[in-house]
Amino acid sequence: MKLQEADAKSLLVAQGLPVPAWAVAHSPAEARAAAERFLAGGSDQVVIKAQVLVGGRGKAGGVKLAGSAEEAEAVAGAILGMDIKGMTVRKVMVGPAAEIVKEFYLAAVLDRAERRILLMGSAEGGVEIETVAATNPTAIVRRHADPNLGLLDFQARELTFAMGLGAHLKDAVRIAKGLVTTMRAYDADLVEINPLAIVRDVGPDGSTVERLTCLDAKLTLDDSALARHPGLEELRDPDEEAPEDKAAREAGLTFIKLDGTIGCMVNGAGLAMTTMDLVKRAGGEPANFLDIGGGARADKVSAAMALILSDPKVNAILVNIFGGITRGDEVARGLIDARAQQSREVPMVVRIVGTNGAEAAVLLKEASFQTASSLDEAASLAVAASRGAGAVA
Amino acid sequence: MSILIGRETRLLVQGITGREGAFHAGASQAYGTNVVAGVTPGKGGQTALDGSVPVYDTVAEAVAQTGANTSLIFVPAAGAPDAVMEAATAGIATIFCITEGIPALDMIPAVEMVRAHGARLIGPNCPGATSPGRAKVGIIPASIHREGRVGVVSRSGTLTYEAVQAMTDAGLGQSTCVGIGGDPIIGTTFLDVLQLFADDDETDAIVLIGEIGGAAEETAAAWAADHLRDIPKVAFIAGRTAPEGKRMGHAGAIISGGAGTAASKVAALEAAGFRVAESPTELPGLLREAGYRG
Repeated sequence: MKLQEADAKSLLVAQGLPVPAWAVAHSPAEARAAAERFLAGGSDQVVIKAQVLVGGRGKAGGVKLAGSAEEAEAVAGAILGMDIKGMTVRKVMVGPAAEIVKEFYLAAVLDRAERRILLMGSAEGGVEIETVAATNPTAIVRRHADPNLGLLDFQARELTFAMGLGAHLKDAVRIAKGLVTTMRAYDADLVEINPLAIVRDVGPDGSTVERLTCLDAKLTLDDSALARHPGLEELRDPDEEAPEDKAAREAGLTFIKLDGTIGCMVNGAGLAMTTMDLVKRAGGEPANFLDIGGGARADKVSAAMALILSDPKVNAILVNIFGGITRGDEVARGLIDARAQQSREVPMVVRIVGTNGAEAAVLLKEASFQTASSLDEAASLAVAASRGAGAVA
Repeated sequence: MSILIGRETRLLVQGITGREGAFHAGASQAYGTNVVAGVTPGKGGQTALDGSVPVYDTVAEAVAQTGANTSLIFVPAAGAPDAVMEAATAGIATIFCITEGIPALDMIPAVEMVRAHGARLIGPNCPGATSPGRAKVGIIPASIHREGRVGVVSRSGTLTYEAVQAMTDAGLGQSTCVGIGGDPIIGTTFLDVLQLFADDDETDAIVLIGEIGGAAEETAAAWAADHLRDIPKVAFIAGRTAPEGKRMGHAGAIISGGAGTAASKVAALEAAGFRVAESPTELPGLLREAGYRG
């Protein structure tokens, strides 16, 4: 689950990490009010940042400065409602603009190959880390946290010196360790600070002080751990997933809405991905990924069917079941019930093999379902059915 | 010989008194696997599988009493990492964890403890392994197999069954079939299993079934290019049409920042001499094309 920048920063603050002040605004008027407060508090400028779960906000014009409350209102008005890579901006973050001395990159990420938490740091902040990895790999310093002890102080120091942050040793060490603590506290897969910046504050007497702060934050939470963090589920961005995906999750199904016309219902994630791939290979477009899981009973099958059909673009359905624990006859009964209840007629191709596959075949034949014995054949038939059905009005 | 499991397997089932544990322990036993013990804390002294298997409170006690050397874990996600660590500490050499939905960070200390005890973990979120004609440890349906000399390794469950059924129907039996699981942090990798197959004198060909996410297929392919040069090897990768950034069912099946795509895996495998199928049904034909005569 991806978190918006503002929500990610709240979690960092809760872990004691330095983050600039901010306010979230849903309207130009709210942005203006927030800007007024920050400007009155001593800032020359405010920064207004689109809150959307995609990268490249700056390049898309979603991050802008403003020097007055009027300007902030106008800027926010331009950014709110903007489409950035398919996401509509519904809120912006307003905060005092910092005078940036230097930008760094620092992130804690799950390293699957090493099976540990990895800290990655670089003196090339403000740039996509994938770009740095490709063009200047030696600029990235890495340390793996101990599986039980976490990131040790000396490791954080090594990272700090290698990144050129020695002048801010204590704070950099605290932040590096804090990223790992944050990751463990909330079960995150990724805690990315880009940029981690040295900023300059000017005091009323003109004296300057430089300090480290997290100017941006990207946090991705492990979906498998959300159940033990009840408050965090509320932070889910409703725009991150289709409403159907959410309804599916609540019904115990794994569902991802796609753009095509052929609905898919499968048992098992790998087989569900394969089914989508074969539909495409046969010349069709899958409308969704749907894994009904192991041992599904008739009621789950019905719920899955209703979910698929809630997409008006769907004009054909492919059911592919390889029963292990899942019993084919149980699925067949579910399909028969579902079809009786469904709101509209849609051609269905059903392929059920494995446990009780023979019983399923009998039930489906009696109920006049179109069946197939091989997965490739089922995909071709589904594509043909979809073409025959034509576009749904 | 087979790898990981076989006639020498003395199987302990953690969670044997639960519905899943009881069902699959029974299926293992019916297949001919030597099920020697079950563990459910608080139910020590009872028996399972119609009185044929003693149940203990702890893995340590079960090992002391029965010499169990392999464990099969059916424990819910909240308790599964602890069950893995209990097995490793008690001296179980080979641990299979079926459980799905374990938070990734919980597996970090667990895999470390397995390593520290010199044990091997397969999974989590895996269907287990079957060595046809010898032993079945996990949830893979017995009916899809036939005995033979093709080694199968996969991140999937039902997709594996699909591929194995296709091979069995074509007369191409399996030496050992291993499901390594769909999670991002797992105990045994593709590379680990390929190395075991390379040393197994009863495996003459390899089928690798992968999916999007991570770089395990690429890592295994690079090793295979040097060490499995002359062995017929085929692969299938699921998720060619998966969108970026979405977790496709399996916690580990996600394309992040452009990395972990099916295209990258297919390319790496082909460069290493694997023939890559576009459908699981093509695997038997490709094995024959690769020179497998079994």
